[in-house]
Amino acid sequence: MEPTIYASLDDVTLSFGEHVILKNCSLKIVRGAITCIVGLSGAGKSTILRLLDGLIEPSSGHVYVDGHDLCHTPERDLVELRQKTSLAFQFAALLDSLTIGENVGLPLREHTALPDEKIRHIVDDALESVGLRHIYDSLPNELSGGMLKRAGFARAIVTRPELVLYDEPTTGLDPIVTNLITDTIVRLREKLGGTAVVISHDLHSIFRMADYVAMLFEGAIIAYGPREEIRTSTNPFVQQFLTGSEVGPIPV
Amino acid sequence: MGILERFGERTIAFLEYLGGMTALIGESVRSLVHAQIRYAETFLQAYELGIGSLLIVLLTSLFTGMVISLESAQQAVQFGIGSLVGGAVTYTSVRELGPMLTAVVVAGRVGSAIAAEIGSMVVTEQIDALRSMGLSPVRFLVVPRLLALAIMLPLLTVFADIISILGGMWIAQAYAHINPASFISSARQAVGFEDVVKGLLKALIFACIIAFVGCYQGLSTRGGAAGVGRATTSAVVISIILIFGTNFVMSYLLFGGH
Repeated sequence: MEPTIYASLDDVTLSFGEHVILKNCSLKIVRGAITCIVGLSGAGKSTILRLLDGLIEPSSGHVYVDGHDLCHTPERDLVELRQKTSLAFQFAALLDSLTIGENVGLPLREHTALPDEKIRHIVDDALESVGLRHIYDSLPNELSGGMLKRAGFARAIVTRPELVLYDEPTTGLDPIVTNLITDTIVRLREKLGGTAVVISHDLHSIFRMADYVAMLFEGAIIAYGPREEIRTSTNPFVQQFLTGSEVGPIPV
Repeated sequence: MGILERFGERTIAFLEYLGGMTALIGESVRSLVHAQIRYAETFLQAYELGIGSLLIVLLTSLFTGMVISLESAQQAVQFGIGSLVGGAVTYTSVRELGPMLTAVVVAGRVGSAIAAEIGSMVVTEQIDALRSMGLSPVRFLVVPRLLALAIMLPLLTVFADIISILGGMWIAQAYAHINPASFISSARQAVGFEDVVKGLLKALIFACIIAFVGCYQGLSTRGGAAGVGRATTSAVVISIILIFGTNFVMSYLLFGGH
């Protein structure tokens, strides 16, 4: 059966002044799959997540999420569309002034009329699914990097969004926490049954969790396909990236 | 870069600032009209921004009242019109220095704090996180601070006026032997209830200036920790300039030649 597309970038160009971030970039995100985007640092991978979340608008082209074109949509209307999408930030971006429980429960408090006890129950459930039930009353500055990231995941999934965007979830973490987080992403996708896009440099993690892999180079997707297809790709750019070689078409 | 190019760049930057500020004010007013107010946060901000500023406002106002009294009493006694000192101190405090000095002190303490807090939230992606969750940073952050300042700055001004007059009265008695009854009588003749209300109206406008400038500078922070520093400094400088300018315009409109 042909996979259905949940979100896509259609011929997107994004530039700030003379600095071009993305150039005629097109990408399809398959519904129900984990798509990993790889590429050099500063290639514009995180920008793709921000485009998919409607936080920035492309200079030209279109961004579709669940059939809606996010471009030129007023911020007021984006609020409703963002209920379907969630972004787990690289450094969690939890609000300093709120406890972890309050941070995770914030979207529910603001967007639903659920009673406090019910919200507490959902938040506990979300924290438990990332292995952090015991930190409800802790403040963000009391947690380690790995715990912060997982708390960020809990906030991202608490509303059970259809699309979860993970921005470098394993960067800067030790191998054990990296494995834990990779497993968490796979488990959350299975539990929620939604679609996920993951930005990462960690090849081991990527090939453990990805259904599809896309490689971004110089503002455009130069390779895209199922995980095994990319792993065995003969594309010299992909090969150089996967082997980490200094020799090849990617300038060092 | 040529002069013309530089002028063009500055003009564009100014127009962008004006447009951004107008949009911020517009969205804040829309939130207020639709009663999208976070009351608990507003109360917390009122406490932190208002009560936290009380001591510094009282001290500044006390010394200001004392110095006005010292200067005017010296002259007045020389010319045999010591009984007018109370009027001079009260008139200056209630109509001009009370609202303006309180606003300047609060701009330095609170405006900078607002810009620094929101600026830090920008650089740590907390503002993006709010937007990503479908929450308006204006409703979430700007409106509570605006309301808190709009309530607390006029209140602080009332305290500032009172302490300034009391300080003036004390110095008038201690330095020029003007008795308090004469001081108060002169004050009541010089200043009416209308003057107090107009002074508080000034404070309300200054509160809006401090809140909007602080929030806007914070929200437009770029470039990490250095950017937060720049936003904080700009918030104070711009607020103070606007407070002085607005004070002149409001004095002209409210008090005219009277």
